[in-house]
Amino acid sequence: MEALALERGNDGWRIRLNGDWSLAAMPKIDRDLRALNLSLDAPLICDWTHAAAPGIAPAWALLRRIARMNAGKFPVSHLGGPGVLDLLERLTAGEGAPAAAESKPPQEGAVRALGRWTLQQAVEARGAVGFFGRMVSVIGETFSRPRALRPSSIVRHVYETGITAIPIVSLIAFLISVIVAYLGSQQLSKFGADIFVVDLVTISVLREMGVLLTAIIVAGRSGSAFAAELGVMRLNEEVDALRAMGMNPVEILVLPRVLGLLIALPLLTIVADAMGLAGGGLLSLVDLHIPLPQFISRLREALAPTTFWAGIVKAPVFAVLIGMVGTYRGMQVRDSARELGRLTTVAVVQSIFMVILADALFAVVFMKLDF
Amino acid sequence: MSAAASNPIVRVRGLENRFGAQVVHAGLDMDVYANEIFGVVGGSGSGKSVLLRTILGLRRPDGGTVELCGEDMQRLTRERRAALVRSYGVTFQQGALISSLTVAENIQLPLREHFELPEDALADMASLNLMLVGLPPAAAGKYPAQLSGGMVKRAALARALVLEPKILFLDEPTSGLDPISAAAFDELLLHLHGQLRLTVVMITHDLDSLFRTCSRIGVIVDGRMIADTLAGMLASTHPWIHDYFHGPRARAAMRAAHG
Repeated sequence: MEALALERGNDGWRIRLNGDWSLAAMPKIDRDLRALNLSLDAPLICDWTHAAAPGIAPAWALLRRIARMNAGKFPVSHLGGPGVLDLLERLTAGEGAPAAAESKPPQEGAVRALGRWTLQQAVEARGAVGFFGRMVSVIGETFSRPRALRPSSIVRHVYETGITAIPIVSLIAFLISVIVAYLGSQQLSKFGADIFVVDLVTISVLREMGVLLTAIIVAGRSGSAFAAELGVMRLNEEVDALRAMGMNPVEILVLPRVLGLLIALPLLTIVADAMGLAGGGLLSLVDLHIPLPQFISRLREALAPTTFWAGIVKAPVFAVLIGMVGTYRGMQVRDSARELGRLTTVAVVQSIFMVILADALFAVVFMKLDF
Repeated sequence: MSAAASNPIVRVRGLENRFGAQVVHAGLDMDVYANEIFGVVGGSGSGKSVLLRTILGLRRPDGGTVELCGEDMQRLTRERRAALVRSYGVTFQQGALISSLTVAENIQLPLREHFELPEDALADMASLNLMLVGLPPAAAGKYPAQLSGGMVKRAALARALVLEPKILFLDEPTSGLDPISAAAFDELLLHLHGQLRLTVVMITHDLDSLFRTCSRIGVIVDGRMIADTLAGMLASTHPWIHDYFHGPRARAAMRAAHG
């Protein structure tokens, strides 16, 4: 059954509304109303007596439809309509052009978009440099005011970013070095050079993989945590509250996190190095039957004095990168939960990218220096 | 108890809620009848919001029953529950508008979930609800973060109304509003209540709003609820209720509402 039937009587038009006119029937009512096509040339009566449980939105849709057909402003009356009709008719009368949602900005040309993007990058870069500068100036202040270092806060962040990360960092360093040792032994045994697996594991773990893996895991764990924590604090206006109370959010929120990570990451790297060597040793023992004493003496020969330091010296740099990117992105959050998610993602992706970029630079510099 | 003749539309019996050792509700009873505006008051931490969350089924009570429109909230099948959810609308204290959607999209959210409608019909319904709560059409395209506090509350009300509920639950609808916006919200509520035949359950700390709009008031004291009309409350001898309705702020608000 149609939701409405239109008839022409002697005295004008008559719309009979049938069946369910509640909100639940809205899709059907909407379809039937669209099918209604007529230009009124006489008064109209809406007969609501057969409409069950008329809702607000269906009544509204009907009134709108009638208003659109009624260019000649013929009188429209209602028979037994719902109480809200008065209210709705007042609303239609007061309403101008239907409000089109202007939520989407107009499409812009490619050149314009490129320009906007470039400007945005420049602004971002300026913001990042400014943030770094603010942190450096806060560090400068701490020399004259050591209390600003907030040791208890730093200790908490060493615990959260370092101690609690030991299990996962150990496990991953161990497994990766087992994999490297295994793949290496497959190749090297073809030349009868099994023993060089020890060199391979030692150098790759100590120089590169220990610190790089640790930094990437920490970027995923703590970089995201920094961004999310600070982001929620921004959304709750906690950061503004600190500033309003005359405290420096960079000093209170950013510095302890960066310094905590600065302490934790080198220590974690040492753990990762040890676990990596243990993994290499275990595989050499099981797969290549190199006994542990022989593994250790070979390891000593393979080690240059700089091998360990070439890895560990990178850890503080990575720590600062991860800490800065995470806190910076967190401080950028404003207005909405979506921003929080976006900037947390950006924090992780960028800190991992920065770590790898820095590692590449280190590789080039160390090679030139013959370190 | 004038409205007691009909069956209550919200019926709570023996409700118990505990957080660890802390008892919030100890055998709370509450009845709300059709077409009334029922105000819930109580001291901070007396469990007003917990009560609301329990009634809405967002929290499982530690004891007791909650019935909405005669149906026990804890013994509903999925389908019955889905149908029942559409019979009430809720606004939360902070508005709880989805921050990544515009106001119009927020209002359309429940419609899109429950109906398949063409875009222009959805846009029409959004603008209808904006008009009902007295927001300008320009608000449709704005994001919640771009709205003032009063507009957020109104937009939240528009979203709560869009499924044409029978019951409206409001959690502190006028908190954080300036007196003019708060008074305008009261009038809006009375207007909608009259026009749309809504039953309203409203948690509020706003005495002006309480005296202006509510036909009955439920006070949560000692984990139970005492419900009465304003006149009954004023005559109550319970010390907390007496303090609440005879304090300097209450007297001032009452003078403003009735004098």
